[in-house]
Amino acid sequence: MEIKENIHAAPAVSHDHGHGHDDHHDHHQSFWTKYVFSTDHKMISKQFLITAIFMAFLAMGMSMIFRLQLSWPNHPFPFLESIIGKWGKGGVLDSGFYLALVTIHGTIMVFFVLTGGLSGTFSNLLIPLQVGARDMASGFLNMLSFWFFFASSIVMFASIFIEAGPASGGWTIYPPLSALPQAIPGSGLGMTMWLVSMVLFIVSALLGGINYIATVINLRTKGMSMTRLPLTVWAFMITAILGVLSFPVLVAAALLLVFDRSMGTSFYLSDIFIGGVPLDQVGGSPILFQHLFWFLGHPEVYIVLLPALGLSSEIISTMSRKPIFGYKAMIGSMLVIAFLSFIVWGHHMFVTGMNPFLGSVFVFTTLLVAIPSAVKVFNYIATVWKANIILSPAMMFAIGLVSFFITGGLTGIILGDSALDINLHDTYFVVAHFHIVMGSSAFFGMFAGVYHWFPRMFGRMMNKTLGYFHFWTTLICVYAVFFPMHFIGLAGVPRRYYTNTAYEGWDGLININELITVFALLAGVAQLIFAFNFFYSMFKGPKAPQNPWRSNTLEWTAPVEHLHGNWPGEIPEVHRWPYDYSKPGAKEDFIPQTVPASETPESNRPGDH
Amino acid sequence: MSEQATLEKNKKNLWGGGRSPFNVSWGKMYMWFFLVSDAFTFSSLIIAYGVLRHRFAETWPKANDVFTHFPFVEGHVPLAYVGLMTFILIMSSVTMVLAVDAGHKRNNKSVITWMILTVIGGFMFLGSQAWEWYHFIHGTEHGAYVMTDGTLARHPFDEHHHVVENTLVLSDGQTITGAAAQKLMEESPKFHGANLVRNEYGNPLFADFFFFITGFHGFHVFSGVMINIIILINVLNGVYVRRGHYEQVEKAGLYWHFVDLVWVFVFTFFYLV
Repeated sequence: MEIKENIHAAPAVSHDHGHGHDDHHDHHQSFWTKYVFSTDHKMISKQFLITAIFMAFLAMGMSMIFRLQLSWPNHPFPFLESIIGKWGKGGVLDSGFYLALVTIHGTIMVFFVLTGGLSGTFSNLLIPLQVGARDMASGFLNMLSFWFFFASSIVMFASIFIEAGPASGGWTIYPPLSALPQAIPGSGLGMTMWLVSMVLFIVSALLGGINYIATVINLRTKGMSMTRLPLTVWAFMITAILGVLSFPVLVAAALLLVFDRSMGTSFYLSDIFIGGVPLDQVGGSPILFQHLFWFLGHPEVYIVLLPALGLSSEIISTMSRKPIFGYKAMIGSMLVIAFLSFIVWGHHMFVTGMNPFLGSVFVFTTLLVAIPSAVKVFNYIATVWKANIILSPAMMFAIGLVSFFITGGLTGIILGDSALDINLHDTYFVVAHFHIVMGSSAFFGMFAGVYHWFPRMFGRMMNKTLGYFHFWTTLICVYAVFFPMHFIGLAGVPRRYYTNTAYEGWDGLININELITVFALLAGVAQLIFAFNFFYSMFKGPKAPQNPWRSNTLEWTAPVEHLHGNWPGEIPEVHRWPYDYSKPGAKEDFIPQTVPASETPESNRPGDH
Repeated sequence: MSEQATLEKNKKNLWGGGRSPFNVSWGKMYMWFFLVSDAFTFSSLIIAYGVLRHRFAETWPKANDVFTHFPFVEGHVPLAYVGLMTFILIMSSVTMVLAVDAGHKRNNKSVITWMILTVIGGFMFLGSQAWEWYHFIHGTEHGAYVMTDGTLARHPFDEHHHVVENTLVLSDGQTITGAAAQKLMEESPKFHGANLVRNEYGNPLFADFFFFITGFHGFHVFSGVMINIIILINVLNGVYVRRGHYEQVEKAGLYWHFVDLVWVFVFTFFYLV
């Protein structure tokens, strides 16, 4: 049971804590058990991250292709034919495939990158390490969670290569478009594969989410009370609860859709004529699907965003060398956001003929979200206020997240108001809003997390200069892409249209579209630099010190070289909250959670956590 | 604060770390969270059912008219059979409780007995459901009449759940009597029973939701029976005697009670209300 290769001499591994892990098999791991069918949360988190990076590049590449069409409509780009073949005849993007690209871009980004990639990576890496557990509650189910995710990624990826093309009814797959194969080529096999992939994805999300919650509740180390948890762990746990409560509703919605598609039921279908012939299906309600979908869909926005906010809370506090401002207010605001996320779904449906009174209820609940969001933003600002800020790449990205959160949040207030939303619904204003507030800010949280915890994941440091370059180009590009999009939307250009020049009134906007595309392509190049930095540093980066950011949390007390079970010997005990930075009177500007109060008489205060 | 005092304080504090605050294993907690999420799936299905039923309240069949069969009984005994099914399922929950209790008392023999009875109860329920589906799919001898536009015209039911022979109700709720009804009956082909597209008893959505929700529930029952059989095999092999506790039986029990509870709601919303 001893871990011999470890330099931190430990007498013997004691398994008094929760579940008994057998560390001895660490010595005989084959390639398959170590890298492929691993039950170690650290390896699983890397598997999630690398799968998500691949999927992110795929989805980003798709967006580049349809951006070309939007700014230079029907202009031939011969290389397109060599990439997408029959859908790019003569270098011009096929209009049906445009819809497929938009659909798969959205699906992959929302589910595979910002849900699977973000929660999967960082919940797995940080929950056991930060709460002081040897692994997840169930390593085996955690492994299954990744493999369901991987299988679902494969199915989604494979759907791109089928003859009729992948699903193309939009990532929200509204019926009847998605229900009837006759409606659009993508609603045939492509849609079936989309649904299969999502069912696998939901299984993965549930296996993972339940594991995260059970780990946080059951496996906290001695002294790690709920109010001593880092905000990252709180964010991951609340995210997991949201997933456990909302994904099952998508299961119901998707199963009913499967029956409508394949079994002839009419849950969502009514009064449809194809070629003048009425369909058998009568009586269903497509609006029912929208209700079920957005009951998941809106919490999903916070499933994407909350982990990013948790990561940035931790990074901003560490890099400001100051305790996070309003620790309990941060937890409270996340809980309130999570609660509100279940009662605002109607704001996606203001134009479905909803009763205006019901609409105004949803307006009210939606605008309430501004309160906890503002609490978080002001807490971030108060944390960096007069702080001794260290602008590491991770800190830059965390600040970028706050910037996007404010910018996108303000347009959220506009869209949450039904009187304004009815005008702006399904225009580029909406596209701009959610790409900033949930897309880019969640991405920035993910980047911040990767830069900050890379040393913990791979034992090496990433290159800082490339990190700064990545940050500035991405920040400028994101604003240059999505800020002008608001104005296109205000001019009334609808989203998901193959070409923005269908009406003369919009011809004047083509310059803006060209500008957007140029910056979108530039942003793509910046991500290549990130990918290079990531993979190069993984093998050739300088070795990471034990605690590179002089951080308080438990993960930095575990040895740099990973071992199954995380800590040699006893699991460290926790004696204080994680935000004792720059404590007056303390010898150093940080006091790790493992330091007991008896060792810091000079800085102890009444009322310390 | 001294080290000893901190430890003392943590021992008293359930949420202070180093222990499970609810004093349950992760496995049982897992089952609870899974059941919460599954409850959301069933709730959304039942809410969807309620919304569409409310919209078509006028053409929605009455369960009293549809489910009137009872094995070996001539005539109409509405809801008696489903009442028996429900009773069987609830009794299998009782035997499950007794199995869990026997497990707490480390009485392996008694666990075996009660698990066998629970499995039998599960199979009886599934069989009854198959019988119920069979009769719903086959329908009445009277059947309904297929109109030229594909919709169905059917006989209404009187207060004794018997069909009214000389009257027809069209799919939009319009009633036709006398010679006009006679003419329609002679000219139109017949359709018996229900499937996912047509339903002789009224609105086809009734059949859609009936097959979907009871099918989805039946799938849960089937999985539950399979789980119970695996547990039973383990008990027979003395796995839990060697392990020293019967927690797996408890976990299977949680799932089984949940499936029962869901049936109570399905029964309420499909048959009683």
